[in-house]
Amino acid sequence: MNVLIFGCGRTGATLGLLLAKNHAVTIIEQNPDALKRLGYKHNCKVVMGSGLDEDVLIRAGIEKCDAFFAVTRGDNTNLMAAQIARLKFGINQVCIKVADPNRAEAYRNIGFFCITPSALLAGMMKDWIDGQPYQPVDTYNILPKELEV
Amino acid sequence: MYIILIGGGNVGMNLAKRLQQRDHEVLLLEKDPRQAQRLASFLGDESVYLGDGCETSVQKAVGFGRADVVVAVTGEDEDNLVVCQMAKVMWNVKRVLARVNDPSHEEIFRQIGIDDTVSATGIIFNLIEQQIASDTLIPLGAIAKGNVEIVEAFLSSRSPVAGKKVRDISLPPQTNIIWVNRSGEGVLVSGDTELRDGDEVVAVVPTSQAEALRDLLEPTKV
Repeated sequence: MNVLIFGCGRTGATLGLLLAKNHAVTIIEQNPDALKRLGYKHNCKVVMGSGLDEDVLIRAGIEKCDAFFAVTRGDNTNLMAAQIARLKFGINQVCIKVADPNRAEAYRNIGFFCITPSALLAGMMKDWIDGQPYQPVDTYNILPKELEV
Repeated sequence: MYIILIGGGNVGMNLAKRLQQRDHEVLLLEKDPRQAQRLASFLGDESVYLGDGCETSVQKAVGFGRADVVVAVTGEDEDNLVVCQMAKVMWNVKRVLARVNDPSHEEIFRQIGIDDTVSATGIIFNLIEQQIASDTLIPLGAIAKGNVEIVEAFLSSRSPVAGKKVRDISLPPQTNIIWVNRSGEGVLVSGDTELRDGDEVVAVVPTSQAEALRDLLEPTKV
């Protein structure tokens, strides 16, 4: 599979290194320092620039890409890049990191696959202490009432 | 009308002031506390709200649900896109307007359903283009959601259509020459009008045919 990852933070770098074992991975990142997270030996292709820039996306091979991950630290950046990937380039497998649980909920409602790290982490920690088996990702997206708007 | 503006930079601030003067109920959202304070002294406390317009809690607090218009004018296209999209999808706001800083992003805004966009970069670019005399087409304006353009072209003596009557020129489909500026005066064009060297020709052309029109008016390159 050809995989495109936008953002080489802790999430993006880890994901890239995990996926590169079995897939062709390209990472888009504009900060050269962030690439240090990949170490010196890795099998990821790196394209410098912003994933909101279509020229950069094309250089990163989005036209032949099977899955797109938007994992920068900016929720809105991720949401916009993901929509460019889906609407302009027709990528069906699009996964978006969205820190704000309510914003994630809004975009899930219109058909996007959003993962909220804090909700996932809290839910898994709860299952751990309760001695429950871990569940599918989507179950962790259900927010306690207090957090709903 | 209740108008919510997101982004308290120069554009947002001056826009809010103008709208206030037209007696609209205006609320300007700004996430930087110091900037919000400055805005409040300029626009009044009741017209400024400190908060991030992308947060659902803020959207609820300021009443996105009863807004007639939501206008996003921050310097970041991704923020403007998300605010407008949430206003439409979550709060059913009838009219949303977005500032687009990078003109190449206008298409994705449209694909998402944010039809009203303003790109200062695009407008200034067009104005600069119009000041540069050349044989090529200069866009004067777009109609029908940008699918049809009104363009101007300067005819040099080497243009293959100079000296021809309009009816003898085989224009691309759906295209018409409507006006000619000739030595400072305007001439309404009919089939009998003869185009001359030095004319500024104004035409209506579907965007898909603009290239064909350019090829027709330009001297053939050697």
